[in-house]
Amino acid sequence: MEGTLIEIIKLVVAGLILMIVSVLHVAYLTYAERKIVARMQQRLGPNRVGPRGLLQPIADMLKLLSKELITPDGVDRPIFYIAPFISLVCGATGVALIPIWKTFVFSNINVGLLFILALSSLSAYGIILSGWSSNSRYAFLGGIRSAAQVISYEIAMGLALLSVVLMAGSLNLRDIVMAQIHSPFKIYAIPQIIAFFVFMVSAVAECNRTPFDLPEAENELVAGYFVEYSGMRFALFYLAEYFGMIVMSALAVTCFLGGWAGPFDVPFIPCFWFLLKIYALLFFYIWIRATLPRYRYDQLMGLGWKVLIPLALANLFLTAFIKLIV
Amino acid sequence: MNLAVEELQKKFPDVIREVKKGDCLTLICGREGFLEFIEYLKDQKGFVYLIDLCGVDYLNYPAKNWEERFEVVYHLYNFEAKELLRIRVRVPEDDCWHYSVVKLWKTADFFERECYDMFGIEFKGHPDLRRVLMPDDWKGYPLRKDYPLALSEEEEWEVYKELVKKNKPKR
Amino acid sequence: MGLAVEVNKKQVEDSQWSEPFYINMGPQHPSTHGVLRLFLELDGETIVNCDPRVGYLHRGVEKLAENLNYNQTIVLSDRLDYISSAANNVVFALAVEKLMGLQVPRRARLLRTIVSEMARICNHLLWLATHALDIGAMTVFLYCFRDREWLLNIFEKICGARLTHSYVRVGGVRLDFTNEIIDDLYKFTEVFPERILDYETLIDVNRIWLKRTKGIAVVSIEEAVNLGLTGPCLRGSGLAYDVRKYRPYDAYNEVEFVVPIGKNGDTYDRYRVRMEELRQSNYIIKQCLDKLPETEGEPVLAEGAPDLLLPDGLKDVVPKPHPKLGAIFKAQPKQWAPIGEAFASIESPKGELSVYLVSDGSNKPWRWRIRTPSFIHVAAIKHMAKGHMIADLVAIIGTLDIVLGDSDR
Repeated sequence: MEGTLIEIIKLVVAGLILMIVSVLHVAYLTYAERKIVARMQQRLGPNRVGPRGLLQPIADMLKLLSKELITPDGVDRPIFYIAPFISLVCGATGVALIPIWKTFVFSNINVGLLFILALSSLSAYGIILSGWSSNSRYAFLGGIRSAAQVISYEIAMGLALLSVVLMAGSLNLRDIVMAQIHSPFKIYAIPQIIAFFVFMVSAVAECNRTPFDLPEAENELVAGYFVEYSGMRFALFYLAEYFGMIVMSALAVTCFLGGWAGPFDVPFIPCFWFLLKIYALLFFYIWIRATLPRYRYDQLMGLGWKVLIPLALANLFLTAFIKLIV
Repeated sequence: MNLAVEELQKKFPDVIREVKKGDCLTLICGREGFLEFIEYLKDQKGFVYLIDLCGVDYLNYPAKNWEERFEVVYHLYNFEAKELLRIRVRVPEDDCWHYSVVKLWKTADFFERECYDMFGIEFKGHPDLRRVLMPDDWKGYPLRKDYPLALSEEEEWEVYKELVKKNKPKR
Repeated sequence: MGLAVEVNKKQVEDSQWSEPFYINMGPQHPSTHGVLRLFLELDGETIVNCDPRVGYLHRGVEKLAENLNYNQTIVLSDRLDYISSAANNVVFALAVEKLMGLQVPRRARLLRTIVSEMARICNHLLWLATHALDIGAMTVFLYCFRDREWLLNIFEKICGARLTHSYVRVGGVRLDFTNEIIDDLYKFTEVFPERILDYETLIDVNRIWLKRTKGIAVVSIEEAVNLGLTGPCLRGSGLAYDVRKYRPYDAYNEVEFVVPIGKNGDTYDRYRVRMEELRQSNYIIKQCLDKLPETEGEPVLAEGAPDLLLPDGLKDVVPKPHPKLGAIFKAQPKQWAPIGEAFASIESPKGELSVYLVSDGSNKPWRWRIRTPSFIHVAAIKHMAKGHMIADLVAIIGTLDIVLGDSDR
């Protein structure tokens, strides 16, 4: 009886700490993005609020909290209110399944990978519902485009991850990392280079980031499916997008880059290597946002269906073939 | 001058009324038979480029010695011969219409709409003649000489008056 | 929930699955470069019909010009194409000089050429910045603005204003260049070609850029001439029509330059034409700067030019009580231009800008007709956008280089 109570308290505390740390990560990811993109464009980025602009995310959050929540005429109220929450929850829940270091994963499910894929499929609902309920043509167009994009790139992502599952032999994320550590290559990115490439491109498309950010292109659809949202609801969509980035990067690190393993152990910070790898991938996301122009919608879909899915399928067959022989 | 003006005058005696040579060759024409004339210039003489099409209002012009009030002015250009040609067509006030050249040049579409908007000259044969620069429900033709530069309060545009009334600061 | 069910019922009953979908890219939109309103009829993502509606920035410049004397209308001309104002001033002055028969001194002609070409570079840099930004490459935007700032600072030294220059006067220019300005310009012409390479490395061979611009809005030469396209839009299709070569004005018959033309007439070719024009403008500025010392000591205003500061007939002026209101705007000499008409056109950065002037012998014009390139290019959107998608529409508006001040006057 006492044991279970202590277990429950430990679980709740761990969950709270995990949530706070991940929300802080998301907030400071927005700051890092603004600074890095600014430096690439030869300007400074936010540097007024706090020392070197470090309090900028807090200022943004306060600003968005204090804005008026405008609900346009003719929207479908229940769906309009729920849609951002669907996006946020589906995006953020993935954090609970990622093994952060050797002995800590918040929820160790045997079908962890499948669960994360299912969550990303569910987040498409948030987009469609927000675009539909906004009672505006631009939002509708953006929602449709985004939904089609997310669904197409999920297939490529799933196929890429299937190759990893084949090599590791399990859907449990912790087991995948252990299998990587005990494999001759140490990280699956080397033998599965094609799957890694397909996964990274699909992850960028899943999060609606440039060069695949047509659904929310400011210049064309004026923010796409969340054009009618203001204040805190807009902040929720924004958070959902960055949570998606973090979860996708964490998934890439777990499945392809060896999880928490590193060449040497750093004392006191067991999650050092994991965080370093995630930060490297997030820098990659921001880097391509600053550099590349945007794909047109049909070219985007063409890329997903005609290039990435055949590549991932070919990789899957190759992996299965080699596993059969070796 | 590559363009043989005498030949043109012999071919279209009723259309061309005057020939002037100022900064460029100017032909002053009437309205009847104008479409064949300008089609001949475009197809046979190589004036493929319509630079400009505009209207001019000659009400109370000091050096005026003709009776029509309006003029529609065309500027045509020939790329090979590098020649600029100006055609002025006189349009009377009470019979205020002219032939449209949209079939020959697609660019004349917006030019003629603007001429209609500013002067009130109707263009027969234009597929979609409506106001282009002024709001759709504007009354009057702004570039005419008897249209004032600033309207008095009663003559203001209805939409603007309503906006002013709605947003009057409440004491 | 109620709304969704209702709409569903209507569609099923109607059995008209292919209803047209109307969307309004309204006057306020981040990518329409001003207050352009496009009324689109869509079939899925493809544009079936496009109706451009302008007039939101109509200020009545032609009517206003009929009430100002000739030097005052130069101020109005700045506000037409406000991105490259110096080029607009030139055409107004040219028309009046043709009418009055003024002979502009050589130094003034060289200065005018330099300023026109600087305006061309400013315009093309802003065009590249907004075009790339619309297609999604954000970094090019900031690189271009960095160089444009340099040029605008030089403009400020020349005439005191960054955006609306009013530098050119009827008969010449307003003030001479100082040595500091000439040194600044020399430095600019040396550094600028590397900067152009900077922009090109970012997007020239980028696969995404090529996919977004090759094959979009293709116009043949006959169609372009019929639609009235001029400037880089016409040259991208293959016809080398440049007013600077066909009807030279100012100092353009003294400098050597090449007129770049394209082959296919699509968006990518127009982009390459404008990038090449940046290099040619740089070269023209350098040549004019080299020729400036030959004209040292010449006046910059023609004799007999209507001077703004000291008009004729000053003796008849009643002094005004307010110190800032000078005699300038009230003491108007009686006869400034003979009765007649004149037509002048220049190669403005956007296309062919031309002026048709009818004078009645007084010091105010009887009719100022301004033919702007953007007005015709807005009309051409309708023909060029048929069959393309919405995402291409943004690229088309960018490639036609429309500024609404130019279009609506």
